[in-house]
Amino acid sequence: MTSSEITTTADTPGWNRIRMIENPNVRYGLVVIALIYILWSAGTLEMNWTRLLNGIPRAVNMFSRMFPPDFGRWNLLVKGMLESIQMALAASLFGMLLAIPLGICGASNLVPKPVYLAARALIVLSRTFHEIIIAIFFVKIFGFGPLAGVLTLIVASTSFISKMIAEDIENMTPGQLEAIRATGASFPKLLIYCITPNTLPRFLGVSIYRLDANIRHSTVVGIVGAGGIGQVLAASFSRYDYDFSLAILITIVTLVFAGEFISSWVRNYLR
Amino acid sequence: MTVSEHAKKYPEIWRRFSPTETLLRYLGYLVTVGVAVWAVSFLDLPWFYFLDAHIQALDLFTRMWPPDFEFWETLMDPLIETIHIATLGTIFSFFIAFPIAFLSARNTTFNTATWFVGRFILVTSRSVNTVVWGLLFVAIFGPGPMAGIWAIAFRSIGFMGKLVAEAIEEIDEGVVEAIEATGASRLQVLLFGILPQVLPVIYGTAVYRWDINIRESTVLGFVGAGGIGILLYSSINQFQWQEVSLILLTVFGVVLISEFVSAAVRQRIS
Amino acid sequence: MLQVIDLEKVYSTGTKALSSVSFAVDEPQVIAIIGPSGAGKSTLIRCINRLVAPTSGKVMLDSIDVASVSRRELRKVRRRMGMIFQEYNLVDRLTVMENLLSGRLGYVSFWRAYRRKFPPRDVAAAFKLLERVGLEGYQNTRADALSGGQRQRVGIARALMQAPDLLLVDEPTASLDPKTSRQIMRLLVELVNEQGTPALVNIHDVALAQSFSDKIIGLKEGAIVFQGTSKEITEDVLTEIYGEEDWSLTIRKVDEEDEDTGSKKGKKDNGYIQEAVAG
Repeated sequence: MTSSEITTTADTPGWNRIRMIENPNVRYGLVVIALIYILWSAGTLEMNWTRLLNGIPRAVNMFSRMFPPDFGRWNLLVKGMLESIQMALAASLFGMLLAIPLGICGASNLVPKPVYLAARALIVLSRTFHEIIIAIFFVKIFGFGPLAGVLTLIVASTSFISKMIAEDIENMTPGQLEAIRATGASFPKLLIYCITPNTLPRFLGVSIYRLDANIRHSTVVGIVGAGGIGQVLAASFSRYDYDFSLAILITIVTLVFAGEFISSWVRNYLR
Repeated sequence: MTVSEHAKKYPEIWRRFSPTETLLRYLGYLVTVGVAVWAVSFLDLPWFYFLDAHIQALDLFTRMWPPDFEFWETLMDPLIETIHIATLGTIFSFFIAFPIAFLSARNTTFNTATWFVGRFILVTSRSVNTVVWGLLFVAIFGPGPMAGIWAIAFRSIGFMGKLVAEAIEEIDEGVVEAIEATGASRLQVLLFGILPQVLPVIYGTAVYRWDINIRESTVLGFVGAGGIGILLYSSINQFQWQEVSLILLTVFGVVLISEFVSAAVRQRIS
Repeated sequence: MLQVIDLEKVYSTGTKALSSVSFAVDEPQVIAIIGPSGAGKSTLIRCINRLVAPTSGKVMLDSIDVASVSRRELRKVRRRMGMIFQEYNLVDRLTVMENLLSGRLGYVSFWRAYRRKFPPRDVAAAFKLLERVGLEGYQNTRADALSGGQRQRVGIARALMQAPDLLLVDEPTASLDPKTSRQIMRLLVELVNEQGTPALVNIHDVALAQSFSDKIIGLKEGAIVFQGTSKEITEDVLTEIYGEEDWSLTIRKVDEEDEDTGSKKGKKDNGYIQEAVAG
């Protein structure tokens, strides 16, 4: 093949690199819009250098008060931590139990349409609102303390796990369901013989992950008085006990770190 | 074939797990139940509260309906502020998370020490919730949206950094090898070999986190870090349930829109 | 014992998959259903055990109309029909033995199924069938560790565990290589003759259909256009079913027939088992 027979895809010499957004106008337009947006919004929020600069000495002051961390009141710390762990455990357990029926109902290939739609609506609704909002509601109904926190975490866990279960079931190869149905098995037997073996490993993995996530979230619900170590933290902040706050923060980080480590190890073991 | 030979060849009992395995499994169940009981019992939950819970909940819902639409005007500014906080925070953290992600991936970091530092930063950022960061920054910068933006940024670093670092570690090494073989410098290998592979993940993660940050920004006001959360908190404390329901409806709408936008953009990217 | 009367199926998209399909199955025989893709073969097979609900018509298994019974009765009727699938459709994460025993799910209680504690008779029968299809010793292997041919044999054994009155087979060899395809078809025919169970088999390979079946039904665009024996398949018949094509290579020549249909009624082919285990 001579070079004159090779067809070229470009009419002009040179070449162009492939970009994610092909149209140069759109590309540069987006960058310009982004810049304008940053400047405008920063202006409306009264973000200016003076506030930033004022913050620096306060930050320095705060950090100096944080160090060294005060582990003196460690029994309060441990109590709060244990409460958080127990909240996370209880919430994960009940979340797992509740997520099973909700997840099954949220699978379009298993249940009739109205049931499916209702379950999915419930899942979406429970995921929309931040857990602090849900925590406040539970605090209003049940009062301060870990009960409200556990309930909030149960709602969060259930919606998360059930969404995973529903998606897992819908992604199953449909043939297996057909085959078990063709033997004359009833719905419960279908669940136990076909659905469970396929979804169990992922279900357990997701639940363990959720256990770890619940420890993190329990710190947050504590801020509105729903128990756990978050409550201890919020109290220390409001009393300006920053050295105690740092101790608490360090504990939280360590706990979450350890939890993640254990959870990924267990999940790998389950695989 | 004799009867015993027949029985041996076609046994009438079959078990999936050996006796030892079965014992271990039951032990596992027992331990799990034990832990669960410990967790629930020590919490000292007042179970009798559940008896009239449904009445209380129904009472609450009747008080929240219908939503107070007059409240809309007061809503608008904090709502926009919320969106600003989320967006600016995401943009801000994008530029920090990006290099830290490269530090935290085994194949792009300088040595084990830098890798550890990178990972440490990511874990710390992830372990502390946005709202807790908010508490911290309110103490530094005082109440207002600035604290909120920093809080969103600091939390997002861990989220985006982790996902991008995982993507960097999962790239096709063959591409990197090929570019190294041409004699390119480290930086060029980064730009031509690694970056094109992870760019979709980077953009996708940023949009994903933005969507999550919208939800987070709605509650930052509870600790004084700006946004619609302040309004929500005050309305709840004043028992103005109809205002509360309007705010919740608005939040619902904004979250839906942001999820829709985020899903659409991520669809286009992949 | 099976009578299909005026079966019709119209999908919600408007596609008419089956129109006025009628035929009968009386004696133990292998009936092959051939036809182009989209002719309605899969739909027909699935209408018989109501995995797909027919729009109108009757499917009479003895005196029960499968198309109109209640859900509880349907489950009981399904127990009497064993189904074998193109993609094997085993529960991948379970062992071969559990997959075999799943054929008995229609007969055991929920608790037995949950604890996998099936009646001793069923377990013994499972071991027998395992040996018969040439998979002796594989009872504890996970289903996704098997080859395609092995999986299909488990699928066949599972269907037979139901001790069915009728076998419904949907393209059993479509995902298998030519040699394994013939082994599977041979196994099916042998089992049909041994157990005296009639089998309805969807096949797209006409030559295979001719070699292994007693009767052939030709489906085109949802209607039966041919019913007869394999000898009656001529080039004209194939043109009518599939369209204009060079059919000379597809139709089995008369003198090649004896080679594959060796296992006629009463004659067991023991040499098969060595072959099967090796494959």
